[in-house]
Amino acid sequence: MSTRASDIRCEIAIVGGGIVGAACAAEFAAEGCRVVVLERGIAAGEATSAGMGHLVVLDDSPAQLALTVYARRLWHALLPQLPADAEVDVCGTLWVAESDEEMALVERKRDVLAGGGVAAEVLAVDELRRAEPQLRAGLAGGLRVPDDAVIYPPTVTRLLLARAADAGAQLRTRVAVRHVEGDGRVHLADGSRVQADLVLNAAGTGAPALSPAAPIRPRKGHLVITDRYPGWVHHQLIELGYLRSTQAAAGESVAFNIQPRRTGQLLIGSSRQFDAETSDVEMRVVAKMVQRAREYLPGVEALSALRIWTGFRAATPDKLPLIGPSPEQPRVWLAAGHEGLGITTCLATARLLRDRWRGHASEIDAAPYLPQRFTAAGGSLA
Amino acid sequence: MTDPCASERDGDLVVLGGGPAGLAAAATAAEDGLRVLLLDSTPWLGGPIWRPGPGATPPRVAQRWLARADSAGVTIWPQATAFAACPPDVLHVERGRDVCRVRWKQMILAVGAHELFLPFPGWTLPNVMGAGGLQLLVKSGWPVRGRRVVVAGTGPLLLAVAAYLVRQGAHVSDILEQASWSALAQFASRLAWLAPSKLWQAATLQTRLLRTRYRPGCWPVAAHGADRLDAVTFTDGTRRWTRDCDVLACAFGLVPQLRWPGLLHCRLTPRGVWVDDYQRTSCDRVWAAGEITGLGGVDLALVEGQIAGHAAAGNNLAAARWFARRARLQRFAAQLDRCFQLRTELRFLPTPETVVCRCEDVTWRAIEACSDVRAAKLYTRCGMGSCQGRICQTALQFLQNWSADHVRPPAAPVRVGSLAGADQEHADAERTELP
Amino acid sequence: MTDLTIRVNGRPLRVPTGLTVAAALAMADVPAFRRSVHGQPRSALCGMGICAECRVTIDGLAHQRSCVVLCREAMEVVTDD
Repeated sequence: MSTRASDIRCEIAIVGGGIVGAACAAEFAAEGCRVVVLERGIAAGEATSAGMGHLVVLDDSPAQLALTVYARRLWHALLPQLPADAEVDVCGTLWVAESDEEMALVERKRDVLAGGGVAAEVLAVDELRRAEPQLRAGLAGGLRVPDDAVIYPPTVTRLLLARAADAGAQLRTRVAVRHVEGDGRVHLADGSRVQADLVLNAAGTGAPALSPAAPIRPRKGHLVITDRYPGWVHHQLIELGYLRSTQAAAGESVAFNIQPRRTGQLLIGSSRQFDAETSDVEMRVVAKMVQRAREYLPGVEALSALRIWTGFRAATPDKLPLIGPSPEQPRVWLAAGHEGLGITTCLATARLLRDRWRGHASEIDAAPYLPQRFTAAGGSLA
Repeated sequence: MTDPCASERDGDLVVLGGGPAGLAAAATAAEDGLRVLLLDSTPWLGGPIWRPGPGATPPRVAQRWLARADSAGVTIWPQATAFAACPPDVLHVERGRDVCRVRWKQMILAVGAHELFLPFPGWTLPNVMGAGGLQLLVKSGWPVRGRRVVVAGTGPLLLAVAAYLVRQGAHVSDILEQASWSALAQFASRLAWLAPSKLWQAATLQTRLLRTRYRPGCWPVAAHGADRLDAVTFTDGTRRWTRDCDVLACAFGLVPQLRWPGLLHCRLTPRGVWVDDYQRTSCDRVWAAGEITGLGGVDLALVEGQIAGHAAAGNNLAAARWFARRARLQRFAAQLDRCFQLRTELRFLPTPETVVCRCEDVTWRAIEACSDVRAAKLYTRCGMGSCQGRICQTALQFLQNWSADHVRPPAAPVRVGSLAGADQEHADAERTELP
Repeated sequence: MTDLTIRVNGRPLRVPTGLTVAAALAMADVPAFRRSVHGQPRSALCGMGICAECRVTIDGLAHQRSCVVLCREAMEVVTDD
């Protein structure tokens, strides 16, 4: 095909201006690459702004633990540089155990985290009450992970994009990508093209539209935000059974997950639904979610709820993101499928991809996140 | 798990909003044979317009409609906030600490309008208020006797409010009407054949008698004070004056309350909710009446309410009898609109430091740098606070020509506990019939 | 009209029935009902429960819109100042 005047040439074309795309843009631009970011709406306009902004270590699998630990370390290097509107709060996560059986799991979780080099502290029942007086009586205890943190993802995304731009990256918003070819040609809806040495598909739930073999399904979530109640709770509070809710492969599930924002507002979550037809708020799901929150925090009932919204996570079958070459498109790499961990792991995702591009060894083993795991023999295709 | 608060109601018609349009719609539909439930989120019926003063009774016309609604058997819930809808037929309603699911077959939206507030330096100071807002507050007991008041903005409401405040013992020194003399003269010349009420003449006469300065072609540019208002500076575009005062009452017009139409995905026009001749919206089984279909005042609201009420009851013949009167009132409203269009200068009142989003203290500088209302929300928190953009987003529609963001439930702030009562499985156990 | 007694920032205030909390606070000459997120003084604006500028704490519950709440006997109202 001939090149046209409207065509842009660059080294790295990034499709998607969410926090993952923004982190990749900052990383590659800092390396001196000529980067173009293509965003169909506005930066951080989709899953990035719909989520909680929790920087959390999760241990569903060794690979998830390794990625989130690495990611959190990268965040802790960045957090001190972030401005006030990033709403950084190193409030820690408090995993709440309902029963003695769950307390046994708490001990195990502490050991697993310790194995990953993550500090965590088991709280007995009275320590739990002291740490969070709003929790109801009769809970069994908890696990505090003090270095987990909270940010406001839209402003952080903008900051990452601004850093990329300072290093020469170009950001184009409101340009939809219609089609990506395996040789690095990106066709835009306005008829123009971008020719890149490498295309990073960081389009979240939109990734399969450009890389059809990417095993990503949208997983709907609801969140409620309240008015400001500073100091009402002090940690991000999550029920220990949360991972069970993320593991449910089909149907819908809710779990207690509440986050104090720097503003004093509370975010109340969480829900997970596959195969949701619309982005409409479903009061039936909201009710279940809030009932669950109320079981842990009875006083939440009296707070003023301002807004409810939904978002779609980009979920993969094995709960791990797709980071690396697309098996079907030689010049396309994936940076998608992070489900609920895109905020936490965006910096790590960018670093792994940069290392690969430069031919450097990565700090952690990148193999568990390679997209080819789903096409190799024995891989579990979605 | 059971929720002791939850219960469920059935009705034919649910009317949202107990102002003139809602009351007229409810009474009319009930007289036509529907079982009607009327919800209003305030403790008062009749909407802001018919709110009586302290110790006073509502105006006669309000009493007539209340009596009609009553004798037709309308069930009325004051202090009931409808906050979410579940398709196809469930409405979630908060009443104090209780939450109800209401099943409806038809719905009439009559949620009215609120004032448009425009930002200028100092507009966030205590005692800078909406003119309609001040009037409502005075009716609920807010003291103004002996206070020095400047009334500013546009339209007949300025005079009505000024006259009301004077009767309550306030000293209204100036009325700043942003419309020019020529626009006013044009309006007055058309009144002769259009006027549905004598409000204009009466109010003008009254202010003349009270020696208030009526200043067409003037508007406020700054409010001054440390912890509350001390003075206001206004201009005619060339000169500036500063007047000491205790209260600045601003009336830059009204805007339809579009949160409910937004939640239901009703089609909108630049004036408000789109409706057909029978006040039917683009949503199945949903009608709309009053200010949300386009501003037109109480007379038009009553007519539209009756059309919607008849139509919801399937009585199109009766509804159609009101069409001519509605058309006449709509012509008058359009006339008002043209005459009192806001002047461009008002778009340039905020300085970079002026707070535009009052809930989150977001400045004009931060907002102006954004591409649209959604970007402003995400990157600056504009519209993310307690009022959920009701004030700043409507101002930004005027200032930036930005269209409003998608509406998300709840339609109004409610207790978190009310959300917990919104699951349906439980509801079926406790169904109760409307009387 | 009968009177009732509420407490405003700990001080008793006699008000006629049918008064809103906002009006009672104005009667008590409370200048600012609340402080904005950057500490600016704020008071009632819209008078109809829309703008949320008149929020106060009533009987321990924060963020109550005082212009649409009627005074009740023994009500405790707390403002930011």
